[in-house]
Order: sequence, then C-alpha cells, then structure tokens
Amino acid sequence: MIAHYGYKDGSGDFFISIDTDKCTQCSDKPCLEACPEKIIELFTDDYDDEVVGIKASERNKIKYTCLTCKSTFGAGHAACIEACLLEAIEHSW
Amino acid sequence: MTEKNEFWRWEESRWKNPDLDWENAEVITLGVDVGSVSSQAVILCDGELFAYSNMRTGYDSSESALNAASWALEGTGLTLDDIHFKVGTGYGRVNVTFADRNITEIACHARGGNLMYGPTVRTILDMGGQDCKVIRCDERGKVVSFLMNDKCAAGTGRGIEVFTDLLGVPIGEVGQRSLRVEMEPEPVSSTCVVFAKSEAIGLLHAGWSTEKVLAAYCLATANRVVSLLERVGMVKDFAITGGIAKNVGVVSRIEKILGVSALEPKYDTQIAGAMGAALFAKALAEKKAKTG
Ligand code: SF4
Ligand code: SF4
Repeated sequence: MIAHYGYKDGSGDFFISIDTDKCTQCSDKPCLEACPEKIIELFTDDYDDEVVGIKASERNKIKYTCLTCKSTFGAGHAACIEACLLEAIEHSW
Repeated sequence: MTEKNEFWRWEESRWKNPDLDWENAEVITLGVDVGSVSSQAVILCDGELFAYSNMRTGYDSSESALNAASWALEGTGLTLDDIHFKVGTGYGRVNVTFADRNITEIACHARGGNLMYGPTVRTILDMGGQDCKVIRCDERGKVVSFLMNDKCAAGTGRGIEVFTDLLGVPIGEVGQRSLRVEMEPEPVSSTCVVFAKSEAIGLLHAGWSTEKVLAAYCLATANRVVSLLERVGMVKDFAITGGIAKNVGVVSRIEKILGVSALEPKYDTQIAGAMGAALFAKALAEKKAKTG
C-alpha cells in the first residue's frame, strides 16, 4: 500500500509517501531511529501488517517539522529517505 | 421548512430493507462511522444491507455513535446485544465505546465502496464533512494507495455549509443552482474557506448572481479535489462517496475535468464507511466463530 501522509494548501503539496508493502519486509525499520524529529511511528495497520507512518498529530505540519532535516540533507534528500534501503519513502517537495 | 439560519441543514435519513428478515440471518454485524459532521450506522445480515441511519454528529461523539446505532436498530426488533460483531470507524472511532474493534475510515471506505459500487471500482473519492480522501483499491476492496487531506475545510462538506449560509441557499439546491449559469466563471481563487468566503462576498458586491458565485465555488472545489486525485493517480472505475457526492454541481465538474463518469451509487453515498465497517465486522465475526 502507498500511504500519502501530509497535505495540500495554498503554499503547495507536502506529502511523505511510504510504500508500506516494503515495510513488512524490513526487519530493522531504520527510518524510526533516523528521524531527528521522531515523527515516524510503528503501528499495525488494518490488514494486520506491521508498518510505519507519520504520526497523526504531525501530518498537517510536516512542511515545518521536516524543514531542518531536509535542508541539512539537501534537495530531494532527508534522513528518512537515506535510512530506507528499500527506497520505500518519497517526498513531494 | 428550512429555518432562515439553517440553510446548511442536510436531511438525516434511515432505511430498512423490507425484503430481509434478520431472524433468518446467521451473522448480523454493525458498522458505525463517526465523522466530524455526520455519523452513520449500517446493519448487515449475512453481508446484505438490512438497515442504516445517517445523522448529524453532536457535540459528544460517544453519544452520536450510540444515537446512530439506535436509530438504525429502531423498529427492527433487534438490539445491540443481538449483533454478533461491531466495528467503529471514522474520525471519532475511538468513541464508539460499544465496538468490538476500530478500523480506519480509509480501509472501511475501500471495503464499503467495493460493495456499494461493485468490484470494478478502483478509485474512490470520499468528500467528507471535514476531510477529503482519495483511495485506490483492488477488486476485493483492499486499499492499494491512499491520501487524506484534512488540513482545511475547502473542498469538504463544512466548506459548502459556509457557502449555503452566506448565500442563503439550502444545501440540497447548491449543486443544481450552480449549473444555472450560461458560461462557467473562473473558480474562486482561494483554497482556504475563510478567504474564499470573503472572495465570494466581494463577487456578490461586484454584481455576480448567487448562481455564478456557487458555480465558481463548486468549480474551485472540483479543481482542488482533482489535484489530490492526480497525486494518487486516478484509475477507472471511479466513484465518489460522502455528502458532496450528492452535489451535482461539484460531481459534474469533477467528471468534466477528469473526462470520466463516476459510477452510480446503489445506496446513500454517506454510508460507505459504515458499510465497510460492517463488512469488516462480518469477516471478524466469522474468524472469531472459527477460532472460538
Ligand atoms: S526503513 Fe523503509 S522499508 Fe523500512 S520501515 Fe522504514 S520506510 Fe519501511
Ligand atoms: S524528513 Fe526528516 S524530520 Fe521529516 S520525517 Fe523524514 S527524517 Fe523525519
């Protein structure tokens, strides 16, 4: 399943997309540790798969929360993207 | 008659299947969807729609969940105790205190949409009271991809309600009246409902008719949700659920922009989530019976 977490507003599209089918094959789940803001969480989805997602309380502010991390890693990169060896994470901005 | 200050008030409804007798059913399940604006309860007998209710959510979500369930049960001879499995869903799902399990509205809409529109549906656009969801699903109603936008009220039922009050047009007439324009106006430019409201006031002062302002707002709503659909990728067959699915002004504009027709719903478009919850409840009841 591709889960798009985030929002669209007048200033643009801010979505973090996670291919959760890959998470089911990823035993260490390094994105959890890698996220400096600790906004990625582990949970069991509706189909009983253990996957990761962006915390509900954070989804509508990722433009701001992820700003420092994204600017540290440079355009198109971020701690979560770098940590995920299965290339399950994409950002829209 | 609609009160002067209640143009937003949509019609609450309930229905009972005259051809089904619950006493002949092996598995009776209940799905309750508590949204921020409306709550629904669906009762299934062996997976077939037996009864439903659709009402406004009150201040207390637990009470709203119970009210919706009670209204669906009313006059059926069934009580909550007769239900084999109950699933809560929606924004207020944790407040469905009598539920055996909670399941997200994304999974429930996909499952409910599969029953409402048939197994060919692949993309469901749910335009709810305060959020908008795009869900791609497979032929069994399992989610393949989803996006939910609840950052602001634009493109949601609440956004439309603001406009009904501003323009003094009953909510059920918004869609039809928005189509009574000779030429499609520019959409309102603001994506935020507060700014869109000020913009609409400005257009009325500039001499625009109510119909033209409604057309501009419905078009802006359609444009906005189409951009969300594009992010997930629209695959046919396409269906729309939620309260705004009843607004022909928004639906016809979405269809025109996408160049596809939305499937015709078999039931009230607002009950898709509760229906999916009741279907999950059926599967869980059967699993429970097998495993003991
Ligand atoms: S590292 Fe990648 S595959 Fe592993 S859990 Fe995180 S997002 Fe999923
Ligand atoms: S971009 Fe950085 S802060 Fe944002 S979710 Fe990824 S790792 Fe966390």
